[in-house]
This record gives sequence, structure tokens and C-alpha cells, in this order.
Amino acid sequence: MNPAAHELDVEGLELELLLEAMFRRYGADFRGYARSSLRRRIRNMVRDERLGSISALQEKILREPEAMVRLLDHLSVCVTSMFRDPSFFLAFRQKVVPHLFSAPFVRIWCAGAATGEEVYSLAILLSEEGLFERCRLYGTDINAHLIEKARRGVFDAALMGEYEANYRAAGGKGSLSDYFRVAYDGATPRHGLKRNILFAQHNLAIDGSFNEFNVILCRNVMIYFGAELQNRVHELFFQSLRRKGFLCLGRRESLPRALAKTRYETVDAEERIYRRRS
Amino acid sequence: MNAPRLVVVGASWGGVDALQIVLGALPATFDAAVLVVLHRAQGVRDVLQHVLQRSCSLPVGDVEDKQPILPGRVYLAPAGYHVHVEDAHFGLSVDDPVHHARPSIDVAMSTAAEALGPKVTGVVLTGAGRDGAEGLALIKRLGGCAIVQEPSDAARADLPRAALDAVQPDRVLALEEIATWLAERGGGAEVNGGASPD
Repeated sequence: MNPAAHELDVEGLELELLLEAMFRRYGADFRGYARSSLRRRIRNMVRDERLGSISALQEKILREPEAMVRLLDHLSVCVTSMFRDPSFFLAFRQKVVPHLFSAPFVRIWCAGAATGEEVYSLAILLSEEGLFERCRLYGTDINAHLIEKARRGVFDAALMGEYEANYRAAGGKGSLSDYFRVAYDGATPRHGLKRNILFAQHNLAIDGSFNEFNVILCRNVMIYFGAELQNRVHELFFQSLRRKGFLCLGRRESLPRALAKTRYETVDAEERIYRRRS
Repeated sequence: MNAPRLVVVGASWGGVDALQIVLGALPATFDAAVLVVLHRAQGVRDVLQHVLQRSCSLPVGDVEDKQPILPGRVYLAPAGYHVHVEDAHFGLSVDDPVHHARPSIDVAMSTAAEALGPKVTGVVLTGAGRDGAEGLALIKRLGGCAIVQEPSDAARADLPRAALDAVQPDRVLALEEIATWLAERGGGAEVNGGASPD
């Protein structure tokens, strides 16, 4: 075997052992995650901590809980923005919102909400459509730090220009700045917007269902999971969705073929919006 | 799992024209999979697939998460996502951009090399910046085959030059020669017959 391939083999074993150690020592279960991105993130941590190998990182996290916290932050996916993929929010406005008026109370779950941009975007959209008063939005994420940031809801004012453009492309009816107070370099949602939003820590890999929802959004979260864990989460979502409830995935994610036929109908194939049959 | 041979082609500036030539020369009987990573802007209406399909006799489509890698198909890295190769299927991530790029050529090439070793051929075409150099070097280190477009033949020479600085490739070729070379070898992998470490 060539030396580089040999080294890669050893590293692969070290990675599996680290995941096992994280689970057995801290209950942090990343064993069902897709390995490629995980490996890159863990290598970054090894480099940032000036360690020589994943084994050295394992030793460190076992003995130093603070190092484990840093590792969890390295493993947290946090790419988000207001009205990310505007065409999705436009489709949501046109094809999902009209069906929500008939429900007396609407529960929406954003799974993998990170720092909350998507949740606040939805809140804005729903208040423009006159639905927000009847809605409760649940934003959950595996990472407690991110959830804390989402609760505070302070966004970089420098990004508001970009968000404003997204908002318009998403069919926004006013100006995004109407919904935020800008102080120094931070933009905070005005009070009313936070009223019906609840942020909580939830781990899709191990936690169960916690309510019954009219809509579940989980965009670009499950791409980090292996196929088996994806199936588990799809089962969780199915059980957490009301009949005729909506499931929204990321632009390049599909339902497992078996589910696509029997459990869901397609509302918008391009924007990956599905509806539970019954 | 029976992983197929995979050709990973990376390009940025000038890449659409170059890709039309290379993909256009692949015969319908081409028996490796092709992953194309082209730096492209997110948000603009996506016409790349249609443009490339017009000149290519193999089916061309954007990568879906967990899509199996099948021979005789051309897969495009979708705008805004990195493509990761995992064994016999593709994965996606929205990890931070690498060399300001997402999709990044380095991510696709490195993960392909790590998953498939000698079954990978990396091709670096025209472009600005240096994304792809590191990935191509890793392909070579793990026993795969490295092809670089002749810098003087490229619309932008930065990308091929950076690749040549990072790795001693198996071939440095003009666009038409790359097309012919790939077509003749049906993917061209395992050119070293198991690879020599260097």
C-alpha cells in the first residue's frame, strides 16, 4: 500500500475511535454523520489545537471537557442568512401559506435553525400574510451556543443590504428594515416578531418528537447525515407532521424514494416542498 | 461496494467553453463517471446544465445529496454546495468556502482521492485563483492520475499554473488533447497501474 493510503487508513480508524469516545464519554452521537465533511472539520480542529493527530485530539477531549465544547463548535454547521434561497420563500408564500389559513393554530418547526435567520425570515413572511398571530414557530438546533444567539437575535447590520435583496426576491411586501431596529452595528428584530417564536436545543440524531406540526422545515441539515440517520430523521418528521402537513427540504435534497411515493405528494419539485398524504 | 472510476474536472474562469470541448468529445460509451466542479455564481437562473448537455452525449445533471455514482454520467457540483465523494455516492455540504469557492475543486478532488484512490483522474482546466492544486496533488499521492491543461492553451492560466506548482502531473495537454486522451482511455484512471509513491 502506498504510504499516503496507509496514513489515510490509520486516520480513518482514529476518526471512528474519536466518534466512539465522544459518544461514550459525553453522549454526543455523531456516529451516524456522513464522514467526509466530519473528517475535514475534525482535521481543522486538530490543526487549530496544534495537535499531531486525531488520536491526540481524542486524548484531549477525554481529559478536558472544555476541549470537547470547542470540538462541538467545530462540528456545528452554521451557514445561514435571511431569506436564503429567495425562490424557496416565494414558493412557500404562494403554495404553502394559502393552506394554513384553514387551521385555527399553526405550529412550524425549523429543525437545524442555527442562529435563527430562517425562523425570523418565516416570521416576517407570515406576519405579512396575516398569519403570524396564529402561528408558533419552534427553532431547534443541536448546538446550545447557536440557540442562545438565535434567542438574542442580533444580526450583523452590514449584511442587511444583502438580506433586503433576498427579501424582495422572496416576494417581500414592504422593507426588511421595518422589522429591525439597528443600533451600532447590530440589527435586532422588533419586539412583536419574537413573540411567537421559541428556540430550544434538540438533537435530531437522538431526541424524539416533541409536538405535532403543520409545517416542518429542515433545509441543508440532513446532508450532513449518513443514509441510515437520514432515514431515522425522516421517520421522526413523518410522525411529527399533521396529516396534510408540509415538509420542506434543501434545494438538492430528496425524499427517500419509498417515502416519496407512499407518504408524501410533491407540492413544488424544484423547491423541494412536500405534503404528507394522510 | 463496487465504486466506479471517476474523473473530476475543475475549472473557473473560461470554464464553460473549455468544458463544452472536453465533455463534447466523450463518446456515449464512456465508462467512467465525470464530476464537474465549475466556480459559478449562486442565485442566477441556472442554465449550466442545459448549456453543457447540448454539447455532451452523456446525461448531464446537478448532484443530489447521496446520489450513487454511476458510470457514463456527468455530474455537476451545484451552486452553493461543496460536493464530497463518499465511497460509491456523492454527498453535499454547505461548509465554509475554500479559496473563496463553494463548490470548491479542492474539496471534490480531495474527497474523491480519499474515497476512491487509484480510481480517480483529476483534470485542472482554465481559471483564476488556485483552487484545485491541493486536491490534484492528493489525487496523485493516493495513486490516481493527474492531468493539467497546458497554461498557454488556457483562457486563464492561474489555475493550471498553481496545479503545476503543486504536483508533477501525468500529462500536460491542450484542451482537444485532454478530450481525446480521456475518450481513448475511458476515464484514464489507473494510468500508473497501482501508482508509485513519490
